[in-house]
Amino acid sequence: MSKRMYLTLSVIVLASIVLAACAPSAPTAAPFVCTDTIGCVDIAPDASVHIAYALTVSGATSFLGEDSKGGIEIAIDDKGGKLLGHTIELTGEDSGCSADGGQSAGTKLAADPTIVGVVGTNCSSASRTASPLVTGAGMVMISPSATNPDLSNPDHPDYHVGYLRTAHNDLFQGRIAAQFAFNELKVKSAATIHDGSPYAESLQNVFADVFKELGGTITAQEAVNVGDVDMKPVLTKISTGSPEIIYFPIFEPEGDFMAAQAKEVSGLEDTILMGADGLFAVSFPGAAGQAAVGMYLSGPYVAGAAYDEFIAKWKAKFGGPPPSGFHAHAYDATNILLAAIEKVAVQDADGTLHVGRQALRDAVYATKDFNGLTGKLTCDVYGDCATGEALGVFKLTEAEVGGAWPPPVFWQP
Amino acid sequence: MRRALERISLIDVFMWIVGGSIIGIVLVGSVATIRSGQYSIRHWSDFLIFGVAQGSVYALIALGYTLVYGILRMINFAHGEVFMSGAYTAFFVADALSKSGFLGQNPLLGLLAVFAVSMATSVTVAVILERVAYRPLRRAPRLVPLITAIGASFFLQYTFRGFYGSGFKSYPEVPVLQGSWVWGGIVSIQRIQVLVIVAAGLLMLALYTYVQRTRAGKAMRAVSEDKDVAALMGINVDAVIVQTFIIGAALAGAAGVLYALMFRQVHFFMGFFPGIKAFTAAVLGGIGNIPGAMLGGLFLGIFESVGPILFLDGLGVPAPYQLKDAIAFTMLVLILIFRPTGILGERLARAKA
Repeated sequence: MSKRMYLTLSVIVLASIVLAACAPSAPTAAPFVCTDTIGCVDIAPDASVHIAYALTVSGATSFLGEDSKGGIEIAIDDKGGKLLGHTIELTGEDSGCSADGGQSAGTKLAADPTIVGVVGTNCSSASRTASPLVTGAGMVMISPSATNPDLSNPDHPDYHVGYLRTAHNDLFQGRIAAQFAFNELKVKSAATIHDGSPYAESLQNVFADVFKELGGTITAQEAVNVGDVDMKPVLTKISTGSPEIIYFPIFEPEGDFMAAQAKEVSGLEDTILMGADGLFAVSFPGAAGQAAVGMYLSGPYVAGAAYDEFIAKWKAKFGGPPPSGFHAHAYDATNILLAAIEKVAVQDADGTLHVGRQALRDAVYATKDFNGLTGKLTCDVYGDCATGEALGVFKLTEAEVGGAWPPPVFWQP
Repeated sequence: MRRALERISLIDVFMWIVGGSIIGIVLVGSVATIRSGQYSIRHWSDFLIFGVAQGSVYALIALGYTLVYGILRMINFAHGEVFMSGAYTAFFVADALSKSGFLGQNPLLGLLAVFAVSMATSVTVAVILERVAYRPLRRAPRLVPLITAIGASFFLQYTFRGFYGSGFKSYPEVPVLQGSWVWGGIVSIQRIQVLVIVAAGLLMLALYTYVQRTRAGKAMRAVSEDKDVAALMGINVDAVIVQTFIIGAALAGAAGVLYALMFRQVHFFMGFFPGIKAFTAAVLGGIGNIPGAMLGGLFLGIFESVGPILFLDGLGVPAPYQLKDAIAFTMLVLILIFRPTGILGERLARAKA
């Protein structure tokens, strides 16, 4: 090592000792200097802490967006609407349940430098396009319901640092669904259908792989398009393999058509139908009609006293039950974000708040044993905060077709 | 011989090669699928019936495109929304009738009421559309009404979204239309499919008779040949145009109920895809030609239903139904390569020349 470097190092060490010694004695003396590698958000004394959502709040999948949005709002209510003396401001963009929706929502959010963090998106397809934009702007993003495994797989291009989720990874959900079908329902052959979305495609793949691993046969892995209405041809094709169960982890309305028409195709009258959390919606059983009776859905399952309390707040605020199953995940995501902001924010004497973006990210990634509604959450280095414990299989009955919601849990791993 | 050869351009040759290779793929795929023996006659008849039922609905909507094009030389892109408006409004009647039990006791009267409301709504929407959006632009360059039609289409979609919300509404199940008939274990047809096919057939027959056999139909044909000369002959051109919109919209309204009874869901965006498909069907059959639109609709429905299995399954393509739109449009391209005016379009083109 050269003399010069020794000199530089000793100066740095000395300086930091001096600074450390000075800091506690005169906290208000020096103006705040942002040393964060990806910048800071400065919140003036009378300004609010701005967080945003990117959810699918319109169209066919709006049940997912409304469900998550309610969870976020209740989390903010629980804080009294305030964080460190600043009001919490929630704005949002409609990300839809599609790649282009995610792109436009992501672009708009990334352009607003006052946003501290984002809760969203609902769908994996929207996350794929929104997460590079939002994380690229330095913001941290926590999804309540995007479950595609690629989003937290560091070897995949859809993985972005700064994107986390409280939703379970589909590697869990697909496995549970397959185990349920094989071990609990004792079926030996299955067919799967996806709709080309990253969510459905990966989920049915996991299901098929695990089902084969367990010793079952997959008779067909078919696909339809978003927007299709006539499912009878593809169901007829599936009927040639006479599977005992059809697993179609798709969304509404395609899932409604699939369930309703499956019973009308000869050879599939007695085939068991199973969907996933994409169809876990208050509107689904009514839309599918009698065909939904006896159908299984895998989906988020949350229980406990804290959750009951949450539901009571929901009913008081919105009237009626939450329309889907990810409100608790959205609630947890918001709380993790708010807790992390609280932890890293630096407050000036006049009340100005400074949040370092990298520091915030680090704090969210460092979330450990966080007491959420969906369990004890610990975020791993790739952004998966859920353990996959908050999952169950539900069975739809006449009551749900008549409008009751949510269905009682049927099986838990 | 040599002059004939000289007249063939390079582009023609290229298009023939494209067309020929598509036919080749289709043939190889079909032979492979049939030889695999995975599908019985029962399956094929099922595929065919699904296609005919879906195609009948396409055909009814396509007639609206073709009628208006025949008269005004204009593509009414808002026609899909005319279809939606009828089906969506009739939902409320169907729902009320079903909840009161009327639809179960008096299915014929109940269904007629649903059809009447749907057709009346579609007709109203179409007449207003013609008066407000198209008539002022009748002498404008062709692109202008086309863009207006697209604008009107958005306007209608979002108006209905404003009225009724963005969610899906599920049509009631009509007890009398549940279940299916089976003949000899080979052909099985659902009652609702029978209704769709028969109703569509009757409506198309009525339209054809009307256009060919009545005075009003003659006036329509005259306006379609030449508006100005028809006016000189004492035909009220505006009245004929409104009449054309009314007929097209009534067919679309009926198609809307049939579609909603078959798939049991309505939504403010439901007109978009059937509209595009029906437009495709109209072009496939030869736009401006009435039997062409019927044929085009049926062809398209059958291609969508049978095509993916017949053409692609034998080639080992995984999940062929994801490609059903690609197949439908490839067939359109194929037909337009060999018959640029559509299946029945030539007669009309020749008559015009």
